[in-house]
Amino acid sequence: MGSEKRFHPAIMTLAWPVAALALLVVFNLAFTPGFFGIELRDGRFFGTPIDVLNHAAKVAIVAIGMTLVIATGGVDLSVGAVVAISGAVAAMFVTRSQASFPLVILAALAAGGVAGLCNGFLVARLRLQPIVATLVLMVAGRGVAQLITDGLIITFEHRALSSLANTAFAFIPIPAWIALALATAVGLFTRRTAAGMFVEAVGDNDRACRYAGVNDRAIKLGVYAFCGVCAGLAGLVECSYIKAADANNAGLFLELDAILAVVIGGTSLSGGRFSLTGSLVGAILIQTLTKTMYMHDVSADVAPLPKAIAVLAVCTLQSPVVKDRIAGMFSRGSA
Amino acid sequence: MSDSQSLLRIRSLSKRYGRLAALDAVDLDVARGSIHALMGENGAGKSTLIKCLTGAVRRDSGEFLLDGRVCNPASPRDAEGFGVSTVFQEINLIPHMSIAENITLGRESLRAGMIDRKAARRRATDAVARLGLSIDVSHEVGSCSIAVQQLVAIARALDVRAKLLILDEPTSSLDRAETSQLFDILLRLRADGLGIIYVTHFLDQVYAVSDQITVLRDGKHVTTRAASDFPRLELVAAMLGRTTGSTSPSKQPDASLAAVPGRAAASVTRPSPDTTPSIGAEQHQGELLRVRGVSHSGSIEHADLSVAPGEAVGLAGLLGSGRTEVAKIMFGVDRVETGSMSLCGTLYFPRSPRDAIARGVALTPESRKTEGVVPNLSVRDNIVLALQARRGVWRSLSLRRRQEIAAGLIASLGIKATSADVPIASLSGGNQQKALLARWIATGPRLLILDEPTRGIDVGAKQEIERLIASLIKQGMGVVLISSELPEVVRSCSRVFILRDRRTVSELAGESLTEERVMEAIATHG
Repeated sequence: MGSEKRFHPAIMTLAWPVAALALLVVFNLAFTPGFFGIELRDGRFFGTPIDVLNHAAKVAIVAIGMTLVIATGGVDLSVGAVVAISGAVAAMFVTRSQASFPLVILAALAAGGVAGLCNGFLVARLRLQPIVATLVLMVAGRGVAQLITDGLIITFEHRALSSLANTAFAFIPIPAWIALALATAVGLFTRRTAAGMFVEAVGDNDRACRYAGVNDRAIKLGVYAFCGVCAGLAGLVECSYIKAADANNAGLFLELDAILAVVIGGTSLSGGRFSLTGSLVGAILIQTLTKTMYMHDVSADVAPLPKAIAVLAVCTLQSPVVKDRIAGMFSRGSA
Repeated sequence: MSDSQSLLRIRSLSKRYGRLAALDAVDLDVARGSIHALMGENGAGKSTLIKCLTGAVRRDSGEFLLDGRVCNPASPRDAEGFGVSTVFQEINLIPHMSIAENITLGRESLRAGMIDRKAARRRATDAVARLGLSIDVSHEVGSCSIAVQQLVAIARALDVRAKLLILDEPTSSLDRAETSQLFDILLRLRADGLGIIYVTHFLDQVYAVSDQITVLRDGKHVTTRAASDFPRLELVAAMLGRTTGSTSPSKQPDASLAAVPGRAAASVTRPSPDTTPSIGAEQHQGELLRVRGVSHSGSIEHADLSVAPGEAVGLAGLLGSGRTEVAKIMFGVDRVETGSMSLCGTLYFPRSPRDAIARGVALTPESRKTEGVVPNLSVRDNIVLALQARRGVWRSLSLRRRQEIAAGLIASLGIKATSADVPIASLSGGNQQKALLARWIATGPRLLILDEPTRGIDVGAKQEIERLIASLIKQGMGVVLISSELPEVVRSCSRVFILRDRRTVSELAGESLTEERVMEAIATHG
């Protein structure tokens, strides 16, 4: 069966991040007392694994959109700011209007979608460099969020909205289910239709795609818009979790975590082949690492360093040069 | 060949890529003051041999002796130190730097730690003069013609006091005059005692300059013979791994292609001379595409052309005459500025390739690498890409359907790939080109424009593509063939339009369609 061969390299790409995650879990089992402790309080589960899942879910949701953007050879730096915008929109809707809950969700997602379309327009139509094009919204987006909230942190008491991120189903927090469902839906859509092929093809050689009649602009516009919607969804989750919209701090540095998750997951920053599963594993890996350091009292100022080292290690193992060396070692061993 | 004459000796050179033996115990001797042609189909091992020799890839086993000394280059730069210089097919120069800077780059003369520009200029001028060129070395390389760039690359190669010069398809982007200039230079360098390894696909050129010919096939050394004692047919047979008995006894200059079984098919489908119209003559019935006085500023001034269904029409002219530019206009990459086009009798102004494709027009571009293949995508996805693009995301072909389409075309076009799932970049140039043709055949176009479909691919694949064109015409497709290989154009096409200085200057058909007449038309009109 041909598909076996197709997924073979994907599995190889996944091997390193999964191995790193396993190593981290083993480390925590041995050296971090209470890392796997879960307790039931007020009908909800609390504990480190639940925390990790909750935070990883947010990164994962953004990383799913980011995966497609990166696969087309782009990048979206504005997702953190879009999270702030979407949270601000949701908070304003629930505090200043009688809008029904589905409408609130729709408005927040639409805000993300519009932001993504702006990015897509700059990249696909005006042919700006993705880094520059999305940097605009990365900087301006928080200003937009401030305008929406009048520069205030808007807190709210809204049962439906706050339960979104604060309830669990089958022990797993809802945001993790959302991330999983989103990844599954996107995975099915990209692999069952030709969308995945188009995205990979455009990332690999957009000029050849144009010559083959592929509407590369529409595809780029589409992935940026979708990435915006994903960021909007993450914004909903975040504001639901803290029951407030904080234009300054919501989704701060989320773009970096999302890009890292994608890269750790094996999708190349130069575009082409992408792996949604890899991005999910990457998101969990990053959160687990962060949490591990907190629990070992690594101060927040120093925390980025071990994180950077871990990321460097995983990325080094994916470098074509290192891969060749390792493959060479194995083939010599077997010869 | 006596040992004293021998400049380079390669002994049982082997290199494997995975399970594939790219080179299998190859021996080669290159004499001082000789031009040694390295021939073989794609995948024969020519490029691998050169890459090993220049240190670009590490060989598995075997040894090089240069001037009797062991030579183990670890990098192309290291190889230059040993006296081995290479000019690659794709010119590796830095466009926005001057000729002098390009020639001396990486080995600048230093004075007090600073680059000595005067010395660099002097050296570059000397190097260029050695080639018999009189060009100002302070010009930016990017502003020079491809031919001059190629010569600059050679000058750069010679600046290191090379003993052995390797040229990998140096003439693929040169026109006739430039090629003969290059040959003069090669002959002069030979007289200076340089050993030259020359890789090319053009048989005429091999016989024009080389002393020795070595044929490789499937990574193995087949034969080495003196060029004067190696008839064309036997050379082609050696390259294709066939016996001379199966090739036609013809001894024409294009003997290489006389062996094409498709030749018969091509001439059968050629319409009789009296049905072919000349420029300006109105032909409404059965016309597929007509181009009338089309221009696009900076690329084409006045192009006329017409194609009928079931007809192959050639576009001939020198490099820069506007052949590719006309193709780009017909395919909607560039817009028509003045003049008009009609397709099947209705106005045709494509705004994009998508537009053109929707009207049933297809193009395999000149630059296979940048405009044709999507390198990391599988062969299968490359083949179904255009068909799927026309259907859109919402009418996706199932994986099984894509497999069927690709498998069918891979089989019928004889594309050699270990599997439809391997990235297309892992295929040889000829097979990549066939996959691109398959991409369009899958969409069933009315008009297929082929821009240099046989450039840089081996003789066998050329023949297969020529056969394929013939069979597409038989099915009623219109074909526009752009090629700098005149024998190919003359054989495949019923009419040929000649372009010169961005204008259509004449049309040849029927009796008057011969290589000589085409060359005359290119040379004399204007």
